Amino acid sequence: MNENKQLKVSAIKNGTVIDHIPPRNLFKVISILGLDKVENQITFGTNLESKKLGKKAIIKISDVYFLDDEINKIALVAPQAKLNIIRDYQVIEKKVVEVPDKIVGIVKCFNPKCITNHENIVTKFIVASKKDVSLKCCYCEKITYQDQIVIV
Amino acid sequence: MKNKSLVSINDFTKEDYLKILDLAEGFEKNPSQQVLTGKVVATLFFEPSTRTRLSFESAVNHLGGRIIGFSDSNSSSVTKGETLKDTIRIVSNYCDLIVMRHPYEGSARYASEIATVPVINAGDGANQHPSQTLLDLYSIRKTQGKLNDLNIFLIGDLKYGRTVHSLIMAMSYFNPTYHFVSPDELKLPDEYKIFLNNMGIKYYEHKEFTDIISEADIIYMTRVQKERFTDPIEYEKTKNAYELRNFMLSNTRPKMRILHPLPRVNEINIDVDENPKAYYFTQALNGMYIRQAIITSILGLK
Ligand SMILES: [Zn+2]
Repeated sequence: MNENKQLKVSAIKNGTVIDHIPPRNLFKVISILGLDKVENQITFGTNLESKKLGKKAIIKISDVYFLDDEINKIALVAPQAKLNIIRDYQVIEKKVVEVPDKIVGIVKCFNPKCITNHENIVTKFIVASKKDVSLKCCYCEKITYQDQIVIV
Repeated sequence: MKNKSLVSINDFTKEDYLKILDLAEGFEKNPSQQVLTGKVVATLFFEPSTRTRLSFESAVNHLGGRIIGFSDSNSSSVTKGETLKDTIRIVSNYCDLIVMRHPYEGSARYASEIATVPVINAGDGANQHPSQTLLDLYSIRKTQGKLNDLNIFLIGDLKYGRTVHSLIMAMSYFNPTYHFVSPDELKLPDEYKIFLNNMGIKYYEHKEFTDIISEADIIYMTRVQKERFTDPIEYEKTKNAYELRNFMLSNTRPKMRILHPLPRVNEINIDVDENPKAYYFTQALNGMYIRQAIITSILGLK
């Protein structure tokens, strides 16, 4: 049964499968990982049934393996995401994402009066809370909460 | 502290604060020490703030330094669309220290990353104004003879007042008891209460203060701005509750002093001005000594 669902988005031989992405944040995950600029074969499915999330999205990227630092960035928008590392059609490793301590780039500061929203500056945040992700801007010192996170 | 920028009050430790206060005491005794001879300080005021700028420039002048800069972004290259980054990079070439005021929050932190010389934040939007906080500490220590174990009353706009927030953080090293007095709409944000709870510092919240100020060592008044209220009727009801009048001070402690970051509007009646407990004008003068202390310690001259 599970296999059938997976097959809705075709199986890959080698690469990474990112599962349990909230559908509304699918494109945020794509942009955080820069998948819109990757040449490899990518398939994704969204609004698939999920016992955990109700609905979920899934991304399969052929021949790409991510560094932990890279993949952890998606924890901001997909904290429950699970990774399957595939070699020769077999899952050889499973990983969960973890919110990093510091976020550089990626997120826009929520404060409209922050200098980073007026000049071309790479944003920097200290993660103030990992549970209900909240980010403290290193410039204006204001907090951006999870529901306010906008990806640059 | 040498070559370290002063962007946020949180950048400095308790020991740093005390060193600045001690230096300021020296400058108060002898304000004209020519230790800045041959140095150039740039004052970049991207938004006008005449009192803060004059206080810094007066400090530099008393130290024998020279000043370059501008006091209004309309007269600078900013109007031609130059970025803050480029302005800071260029001005860095011409000076030993930058004092900057800018309307955007976080601009001073950013400038300190770009500049090749130290930056003193003279106000970045509603965020930080650390020299104000240090002069508040100086005024408190000078009038009370100590910083520890004082009853500090903070009255007025506790929600948006950045001087209040910074003072709460800085004084928290010295075991204060806080009394926060504000209308409901302008109460102190929760993040500061969480901080105080974690530090184990006592605080009380009140809506009125007349019957409790006999306990106060320091009364720190701030402006309540009409435009902060969502309901104009609420403003009319509360505005008189926060006006300090001379007759209210009769039962206060002999050493109690009234502080205010200025400018005031009507939260301190002018009948208070001649009372020896009114300290806000001297507080502003203390700002010059504090700025002398900050400049010399950042440049490693003291
Ligand atoms: Zn910010």
